[in-house]
Amino acid sequence: MKALRKFLDKIKPNFEPGGKFAPLQSVFEGFESFLFVPATTSKSGVHIHDKIDSKRTMTVVIIALLPALLFGMYNVGYQHYLAIGELAATSFWMVFLYGFLAVLPKIVVAYVVGLGIEFIAAQLRHHEIQEGFLVSGMLIPMIVPIDTPLWMIAVATAFAVIFAKEVFGGTGMNIFNVALVTRAFLFFAYPSKMSGDNVFVRTGDTFGIGGGTVVDSFSGATPLGQVATNVGDTLTLNNVVGQPLTTLDYFIGLIPGSIGETSTLAILIGAVILLLTGIASWRIILSVFAGGLLTAWVCTFVNPEVYAAALLSPIDQVCLGGFAFAAVFMATDPVTAARTKTGKYIYGFLIGAMAIIIRVFNTGYPEGAMLAVLFMNAFAPLIDHYVVEANIKRRLKRAKNA
Amino acid sequence: MKNKEILLGPLSKNNPVIVQVLGICSALAVTSKLEPSIVMAISVIAVVALANVVISLLRNTIPNSIRIIVQLVVVAALVIIVDQVLKAFAYDVSKQLSVFVGLIITNCIVMGRLEAFALSHGPWESFLDGVGNGLGYGLILVIVGFFRELLGSGTLLGFQVIPQAFYELGYMNNGLMILPPMALIVVACIIWVHRSYNKDLQEK
Repeated sequence: MKALRKFLDKIKPNFEPGGKFAPLQSVFEGFESFLFVPATTSKSGVHIHDKIDSKRTMTVVIIALLPALLFGMYNVGYQHYLAIGELAATSFWMVFLYGFLAVLPKIVVAYVVGLGIEFIAAQLRHHEIQEGFLVSGMLIPMIVPIDTPLWMIAVATAFAVIFAKEVFGGTGMNIFNVALVTRAFLFFAYPSKMSGDNVFVRTGDTFGIGGGTVVDSFSGATPLGQVATNVGDTLTLNNVVGQPLTTLDYFIGLIPGSIGETSTLAILIGAVILLLTGIASWRIILSVFAGGLLTAWVCTFVNPEVYAAALLSPIDQVCLGGFAFAAVFMATDPVTAARTKTGKYIYGFLIGAMAIIIRVFNTGYPEGAMLAVLFMNAFAPLIDHYVVEANIKRRLKRAKNA
Repeated sequence: MKNKEILLGPLSKNNPVIVQVLGICSALAVTSKLEPSIVMAISVIAVVALANVVISLLRNTIPNSIRIIVQLVVVAALVIIVDQVLKAFAYDVSKQLSVFVGLIITNCIVMGRLEAFALSHGPWESFLDGVGNGLGYGLILVIVGFFRELLGSGTLLGFQVIPQAFYELGYMNNGLMILPPMALIVVACIIWVHRSYNKDLQEK
């Protein structure tokens, strides 16, 4: 550690104004403060500094994402080998390696494109590099189907970073969640690569690993995709080779879906990390689930012949699709969520309700979590405004009565 | 103002769409393809220029209290003529444009120029002003239509521009480009570029 500090101090003058690499100052600063807590102290007044700054916050979120990411990698391999009928003959590590190699390029592309734009923007504005993309870059590969082409991820990431973040002033200023804007861009621009039966399970090989032909009974439809096309008043959901699935499968997450969002279990481990470190708001997570469960329960009373999702139990509803992922990692984004305590309950509840409503009543969109979060992002400031107004009114009334 | 400035000012520094931000709704609605964008641009140029001339000629005889009604009648008459001409000679495009030709009547650019310019200037200057503003509007429409058709459908004026080989390599048309929100973003990009070249237009 000491040697690293010394090295940084030695090369630091090169990056100060007038130094050899002065234009790259913000890059240097970015790395320096990534490695060490900045030594700056407040100049006036009395302040209490918490050690946790936004870089540490982001690092904890990344750690919380790891269970879902690693599980997602394994699941990519699992679905692939299941589809080609060689699951029993393949070792655990081989399955994981397949998924790891399939997911890694997406992470690299998302980070290179997103951080590249952030670096350029920081240089142009003479700002420090902002760390917001650290998490977005990890979220983006986790919420896309495994067969999304890399260039699409690059285009969508660039679009989201520029139009959802930089034009609003960078990290902390965005109205909409950057990772979800990326997904929404992909979803509307390239619908054939973002939904349907052919994108959620990779049937081809990855870098030459895992070649084979799919078994005859193969169907790549996700559980929610199967719900959307269900006919009649009974519902059986199958895995990719036609075996029935149970609620436990939905919870553990060995089902086809976007890379990081299938396993409710892994996501809940992440949620525990976020809650124990105090980074995510338990109010939002709790109320998203409450809203989702309640709405899903109400929806079990609608006619299942018209809206097949009515056949899913509330527990199934929150385990399937991107609901849990959105609740834990998307809705809790402190920048785009409501900030007042009461506001958080309202915001979360409406996300949960909206996600299920879109899922059940709009059969064109099998999954509604993404749209629900983006929609409520737009309303978060309004919710906060009225919560604050109500508080002012209440206190005025109390002052008058006293 | 010199005539040249009247004609060319609205193309850039005083552009009705990207500086005054008028006529945005039709710019969103008709620009998913290049051809309707061009036809819409020509229609608006014709309507603004002719309406400006007519109102300019009538300007000393219109009672001030009913001038909006008179302007509307003139514009509506011209729009109906344009609509009929389109239906007669370019039926397919007129179907694509549907109600938006009729909605030129309510286009703020038309009324804006009549109120701000034609009522106080002679017919020749008014004509130049109308053509200039129509061109300024049309220019933006064509730029937006160009990018939306190129990226959204891979074609220009209906001819395939992006080679088939690209598609075979995995390239796909961007479906979002066809949807209206993308027109707003393309217009925003044009404004972005325009403002960065014209520093005097930047708001503090």
